[in-house]
Amino acid sequence: MSNSNWDVVIGLEIHAQLQTKTKVFAGDKSEFSSLPNQNLSPITLGMPGALPVVNKTAIDYSIKIGLALGCDIREKSVYARKHYFYPDLPKGYQISQFDKPLCENGTIEFSVEGEKKKVFIERAHMEEDAGKSMHKGGYSLIDYNRAGVPLLEIVSGPDMTTPKEAAEYARTIRTILRYLDVCDGNLEEGSMRCDCNVSIKPKGQKELGTKVEIKNVNSFRFVEKSLEYEINRQIALKEAGEEIFQETRLYDQAKNKTVGMRSKEEAQDYRYFPDPDLLPVVLPDGYVEKIKESLPELPLARGKRFQDEYEIPEYDASVLTQEKEMADYFENTVKASGNPKASSNWIMGEFLKILNEEKKEISEVKVSPKNLGSLIKMIDSKKISGKMGKAVFAEMWKSGEEAEKIVSEKGMSQITDPDQVLAIVKKVVDSSPGQVEQYKGGKNKLFGFFVGQVMKESKGQANPELVNKFLKELLDT
Amino acid sequence: MYSSIQNLHDDLKAKKVSSKEVIQNYITKIEESDSKLNCFITKTFDQALKQAEVVDQKISKGEELGLLEGAPFSIKDMFCTKGVRTTAGSRMLENFIPPYSSTVNKRLDAAGAIMLGKVNQDEFAMGSSNETSYFGPSFNPWDVSKVPGGSSGASAASVAARMSLCSMGTDTGGSIRQPAHFCGTVGFKPTYGRVSRYGVVAFASSLDQAGPLSLRVEDAFRVVQSISGKDMMDNTSSDKAVPDWVSEAKSFNGSLKGKRVGFIKEYAETDVDPEIKEAFEKSLKVLKDAGAEVKEVSIPLIKHGVSVYYLVATSEAASNLSRYDGVRYGFRAEVEDAAKGMSLDDFYAKTRSQGFGEEVKRRILLGNFALSSGYYDAYYNKSCQVRRMIKSEYETAFKDVDFILSPVSATQAFGVNERVQDPLKMFLNDFFTVSVNLAGLPGITVPVMKASNGLPCGVQLIANQYDESHLLQGALTLENEFKFYEEVPSV
Repeated sequence: MSNSNWDVVIGLEIHAQLQTKTKVFAGDKSEFSSLPNQNLSPITLGMPGALPVVNKTAIDYSIKIGLALGCDIREKSVYARKHYFYPDLPKGYQISQFDKPLCENGTIEFSVEGEKKKVFIERAHMEEDAGKSMHKGGYSLIDYNRAGVPLLEIVSGPDMTTPKEAAEYARTIRTILRYLDVCDGNLEEGSMRCDCNVSIKPKGQKELGTKVEIKNVNSFRFVEKSLEYEINRQIALKEAGEEIFQETRLYDQAKNKTVGMRSKEEAQDYRYFPDPDLLPVVLPDGYVEKIKESLPELPLARGKRFQDEYEIPEYDASVLTQEKEMADYFENTVKASGNPKASSNWIMGEFLKILNEEKKEISEVKVSPKNLGSLIKMIDSKKISGKMGKAVFAEMWKSGEEAEKIVSEKGMSQITDPDQVLAIVKKVVDSSPGQVEQYKGGKNKLFGFFVGQVMKESKGQANPELVNKFLKELLDT
Repeated sequence: MYSSIQNLHDDLKAKKVSSKEVIQNYITKIEESDSKLNCFITKTFDQALKQAEVVDQKISKGEELGLLEGAPFSIKDMFCTKGVRTTAGSRMLENFIPPYSSTVNKRLDAAGAIMLGKVNQDEFAMGSSNETSYFGPSFNPWDVSKVPGGSSGASAASVAARMSLCSMGTDTGGSIRQPAHFCGTVGFKPTYGRVSRYGVVAFASSLDQAGPLSLRVEDAFRVVQSISGKDMMDNTSSDKAVPDWVSEAKSFNGSLKGKRVGFIKEYAETDVDPEIKEAFEKSLKVLKDAGAEVKEVSIPLIKHGVSVYYLVATSEAASNLSRYDGVRYGFRAEVEDAAKGMSLDDFYAKTRSQGFGEEVKRRILLGNFALSSGYYDAYYNKSCQVRRMIKSEYETAFKDVDFILSPVSATQAFGVNERVQDPLKMFLNDFFTVSVNLAGLPGITVPVMKASNGLPCGVQLIANQYDESHLLQGALTLENEFKFYEEVPSV
């Protein structure tokens, strides 16, 4: 089994739940943290004669996303009914968009392991979410709170060739959604859902192979893992001379495998047709332009600006702009420290290390950008050493106190007075005659021993440069 | 019994009668006659009497009366009424009590109308004879061996039999105008978009329009004036200003000078019952005598109207009726074997097979076929194209004429059980009415004469979109001449 004989083609369908206050076609609250089946209107329940009316904010959010993905926004888009029977779908059809979606023909750019990648966005269309079914024993329970929550389905072109690219694509979409503040992009909780379409074909063949859709993928890591599994499964089948069937497969994360769910023979005829209850959405002149002006700086542009303005490497810039909160944090730290490179290093280093260890959000961090900036300033002005800085930072992380306060309270400021440092160095050298003897006899490694002793004696506060200088003077003469 | 709201208001204000007495009289009439006509599915007499007391209090305090204050109404069972069972004539909704009212009902309430009960109809308004109702057929008050027409059959029958002064019906392909013709009442379908569809059980969303049945033309306009206007709950409702038709009716001087009345060439070439033709010709003469210029117009594609209608209407109906699945409300098939349970597919199949009647199932099948992949372009899409062309042919015609006169149906009311086994013949019955819905136009039936068999005969007036004022003038002219409201069936 080998990848080298096969081309892999991957496309993603991402459903993003839009964070509007009310549902997309009804006035009931768009929240499902409350008790099951609370605040449901006749519209959400699909009762006789109830009619949908579109939520303008949902259209605006969708346009924002479309613009951020470089899409054309249709002046006149049309809602269509997609029919299928399932108990959590109240009307027997889902209101969606079919041949006239709101957004189409976009592209996004991102990098995968240093390589630039462009992916075409075929379309992004509005639709309503279904309710949630829970199966308990012989019973099925349905919660309709989620029914009617606005979704934007973002459909990529079949442009990705590796699972890594697919995962990176999904991450990029998530970053954009979060920058726009229209979707929280939480895969685990389902506010963002990824369906992965994948097929293989003999290397170089133009015609696409039979595609399989993978559902139930609820993390970026599983996007990658499920695709890896599925590609290997398809290659194994092909190499064994077997056929691949067009089907939908569920990803089982515990077993790391995909399992057949329904085949194309069982596929539904959705009988799409324009919803006669809803007039087409016709956008007035200048409407899209106005929304465009209100868009925030997006991650890609911001990353490029970071490289130019702060002269930090591309990799750092891309990490720092992955979350809007992170990028804001960085910029505010730079403002306070006046040192972009050190700010970047601190955030990319200690800051992210502890953040990830503790699985925290930036909003929960006690160290303010201003305080981190002051800490960096203290290091730059040699008030404390870098090493001490780390200790001070750890203290700041716990208490949220200012760096200055911690340093002065704990007597941690650096000893930069040459006389004081020289005195300590002399004391150490004088009290270790044996080691001095050995050092002078050629055992150079012992230099470190002396540094250590001086640091110990000064409780780590002696300025390292002075320590080195005086030790060399005393020992090498 | 009254024949107009104006007369009722005059008597109420003069304190010749109390609202409670009026309502009590109608209740007595219903109790006498409805056993023969089977109009009322649900009666709301207690509530009606309470509302009448409020009207009487208003009168004693000298407060101003609403346009429909104290007027006794029957309401087709397509309109959702909060706390009152709403069946749509179907087993599927036999015990459905909506927790909301239609916008129409809210506006009727606001104008002071009093609901006597919910009346029979073809199941989900699918039918032209009232025979597809789960609650049994209603009968024609002029001859109980005949159908009252449909789908708003019991609305027309209850008004004609003086069991209510007005009724609310719905019209998807003629369902107000045809029963009005069969029962000898006025039946008015306003322009699509005039009246909100919110809370009206949907049959075919792009064709459905609510409207009144009444004895007098002015009453019909009075009702539509009270219920029209933009509704934020219905995206397809129009924000066009609603004219003051009640004042227009009062100030109409009976002259149609300068008006142009059209007749449709293709309809004139169609075979109809001789007395239907007679009613039409008499009416045309009346309009001409009032000063209108008569012109022939042509709507060549009208001959495809019925085909187009039955594809569009069934497609939308199949979709609209998908929600009746037994999961959240309405009829649910029983599990035959509790130990085995039931698969989801079985659950749906049994619920929908048992909950819907034959005509509804026929139309769901037809509609789903027209929408299915591979047939969509040939049927649904093509129908929509022809529909747009019919609409534009009408637009052209209305450059030459102000309103059109036409028959409502090729015959008078037919016999109970006579056509129910022949769906195609039943469909063709709608030839003179469906194109009006396809083009979204307003249309009104005005009763003209009694045929030799004792059954009423009406004619239809059609105007351009939002030009109901011309219909008012034409209809008043006919009413002034024929005064059919003076005829009372003996049931």
